[in-house]
Amino acid sequence: MKRLPNPRELEAYRAEVSAARPPDRPAIAICNTGCRAYGSLKLFEVFRKAIDTAGLKAKVEVRPTGCHGFCECGPLVVIFPRKIFYQRVKAEDVEEVIEKTVKRGEVIERLCYTDPVTEKRYTYEDDVPFYKHQMRLLLGQNNRLDPTSIDDYIALGGYGALAKALARKPEAVLEEVKKANLRGRGGGGFPAGDKWETCRNAPGDVKYVICNADEGDPGAFMDRAVLEGNPHSVIEGMIIGSYAIGSHEGFVYVRNEYPLAVEQVDIALRQAEALGLLGKDILGSGHDFTVKINRGGGAFVCGESTALMASIEGRVGEPRAKHIHTVVQGLWDRPSNLNNVETWANVPLILGRGAEWFRSIGTEGSKGTKIFSLVGKVINTGLVEAPMGMTLRRIIFDIGGGIRDGRKFKAVQTGGPSGGCLPADRLDIPVDFDELWKHGSMMGSGGMIVMDDRTCMVDVARYFLGFLKFESCGKCTSCREGLRHLHRLVQEICDGQGSEDTIRLIEELSDTVEAASLCALGTTAVNPVRSTLKYFRSEYEAHVRDKKCPAKVCKALITFSIDPEKCTGCMVCAKRCPQECITGEKKKPHVIDQSKCIKCGVCNDVCKFESVTVQ
Amino acid sequence: MVLKLQIDGVTVEAEKGESLIDVAWRHGFEIPSLCHHEAVAPYGSCRLCLVEITRKGRKKITTSCNYEVLPDIEVRTSTPEVERHRRMILELLLAEAPASEPLRKLAKRLGVEATRLKPHEGNECIRCGLCVRICNEIVGVNAIGFHGRGDRKETAPPYKEPSELCIGCGACVYACPTNCIRLVEKDGMREIVRWGRKLPIATDENGRPLAPRFQLRYFQELVDLPKDFYKKAPGDRGID
Repeated sequence: MKRLPNPRELEAYRAEVSAARPPDRPAIAICNTGCRAYGSLKLFEVFRKAIDTAGLKAKVEVRPTGCHGFCECGPLVVIFPRKIFYQRVKAEDVEEVIEKTVKRGEVIERLCYTDPVTEKRYTYEDDVPFYKHQMRLLLGQNNRLDPTSIDDYIALGGYGALAKALARKPEAVLEEVKKANLRGRGGGGFPAGDKWETCRNAPGDVKYVICNADEGDPGAFMDRAVLEGNPHSVIEGMIIGSYAIGSHEGFVYVRNEYPLAVEQVDIALRQAEALGLLGKDILGSGHDFTVKINRGGGAFVCGESTALMASIEGRVGEPRAKHIHTVVQGLWDRPSNLNNVETWANVPLILGRGAEWFRSIGTEGSKGTKIFSLVGKVINTGLVEAPMGMTLRRIIFDIGGGIRDGRKFKAVQTGGPSGGCLPADRLDIPVDFDELWKHGSMMGSGGMIVMDDRTCMVDVARYFLGFLKFESCGKCTSCREGLRHLHRLVQEICDGQGSEDTIRLIEELSDTVEAASLCALGTTAVNPVRSTLKYFRSEYEAHVRDKKCPAKVCKALITFSIDPEKCTGCMVCAKRCPQECITGEKKKPHVIDQSKCIKCGVCNDVCKFESVTVQ
Repeated sequence: MVLKLQIDGVTVEAEKGESLIDVAWRHGFEIPSLCHHEAVAPYGSCRLCLVEITRKGRKKITTSCNYEVLPDIEVRTSTPEVERHRRMILELLLAEAPASEPLRKLAKRLGVEATRLKPHEGNECIRCGLCVRICNEIVGVNAIGFHGRGDRKETAPPYKEPSELCIGCGACVYACPTNCIRLVEKDGMREIVRWGRKLPIATDENGRPLAPRFQLRYFQELVDLPKDFYKKAPGDRGID
């Protein structure tokens, strides 16, 4: 590869790589990141070999891509240029896809997506309800490029925003981002432009730009999908940021549990360097910038900016007080501007298409789109990108397809482990930074866990408190000890040992944990217990007053028994019971020995006659 | 640079960069704290030193040890809200280290006699890390550190084995706010019980016990003292 000395050469290079990639060129795009879990690496190989064998190598591209988002239906394959959408594709389907769809343009109905509720079948990706209601500004490129190919990215217009930015004064670039009102996607929602400006104006010659890719929320994979699927978009954003801020050194702090993200970013950095898009005198602008990768060691708290910086410095990942902000005194006490993966990925869009365009999307206070990882008891799990302000209802029901197994919606937890649980009567709130906060939850980095009527909200609070207790760094008494006791007190309620006093103590303690803890992990850790107490108090009360778990989840408060009227004596439950505590003769009602029962619920799961009752 | 701020309605002067709790203490205001010591960098672990700070019309509750003073802030060392949180933190601490006598005394003085939370029987350490900071910043030997995180966090020597770096100086013993690090001298040996470090005690020319040989050698090298410095009786050492 040759270095691109100026924007003109970049455009010439773009013309060259675009010519080799005409938009009507047939391509088979196979998710090779998330869908790996379904064996898509093998699927890719089978496709590649089959295309070779069919003598189509020169005509049809077999493209390994990043995550397409609809994880529920993987492995996903999209056939370009028509964007025919095939789901749950297996190696055995490859021959047929090539014969029929690639060669003859026929659609294989079997592989198309059929809506499980309406039973309607869809041929094209853009028509599938999961995609149709989204606005995929950041994720949309994922199936159009191979993340290990900078040429793919450039052909789609990549690094054009950088060239545009470098043609302007750093101050003008800063103004553009400020005007766009881009708010931090990592959870804080702080205006990125203001952050950049403070960092730019902070005294000191050496400044750092950091990308926070320490995504650690259970069930969240937004940043992972962007880094694995389109790493150049993040790098381009960082270079633009470094130019606006006046920084020459950058870090991507990515958790080591994301080996593929580490690999893809590493490849992308080398490619950008080879083309002169990183390094000295980028595109002849005189601006120098290099990026290093730092791998996190698995501590959730290292997603907190000061802990992250301590970790890069080689110290223990513990937050410190931020009375002096990191943009003034951060990494090695130098001005350091940290933004999250998704925030950086938005920057090229803003510089490329303008702040006015960006501002046209979203709500008054929150602009642009937000990526959510939609998981839990929703039909279509996956990665969703929606404009700010879309209601929870539309995200969960229109995009997510509603609740699994015909159950009822009960709550949605937004914002990761320290987010709040919102009930059905909050489904119509528009999702943006301020609205979620107002209702006792938060945007966080975009986790969205949907719960159905079989979920016990006390148990949910217990789970998240357990996670946060484990992940607290242990520095503050209020967080370390406070969460330990909160978790124990909620556990007591689940165990049927709680009283009204327990609830009161939980409330009192929550107040102090929130007010007295140093970093956001501690101050927001009480959200799950607080919000469930606010919206589902009766469930707590049932646990402590009646010693009942209404959702029938808390083992200490439920019993399994067999209804002799309904039991046919099929013996299936007796065979499957791990405790061997179900007895009875063939074709006669069975009985559970309560003294041995561990309440695992296997009998209930396997009974075909609904004869197991849970009380 | 001298700046002015208000504490409980009284205008006081402070140097830029000073910690708020140090300024308050110097001017005679009482703010409870267990983990702060003016000799080492503030850490903000025990959370007892919470105060209410009003700056540019905005109020917040924060710890005063790791708050660098700013001009024109108004500080209130005790408000009903601050007191309420302090009492809860004391309950947390009492549950964490119920065996610590100094902690129980402090709690009692601040009006907390008992905790409603389940106590960790027999424990005396509140994991404030003052021992770690003293060993690192003042003594400079780094013989102890933190292990683990969250509620599994503990202070210990590396690998939780008696550290060969420990000179047995006892600075950690002196600094510990809950008295959970003990120093025992018996049969010519000094033991820092918590760290499992046992060292022979050197004597002067008259056979009087001084301190562990290790510690003396460390001091000798650190400030370049004559080799026989500690052999001599204090009056004969050539310094007054």
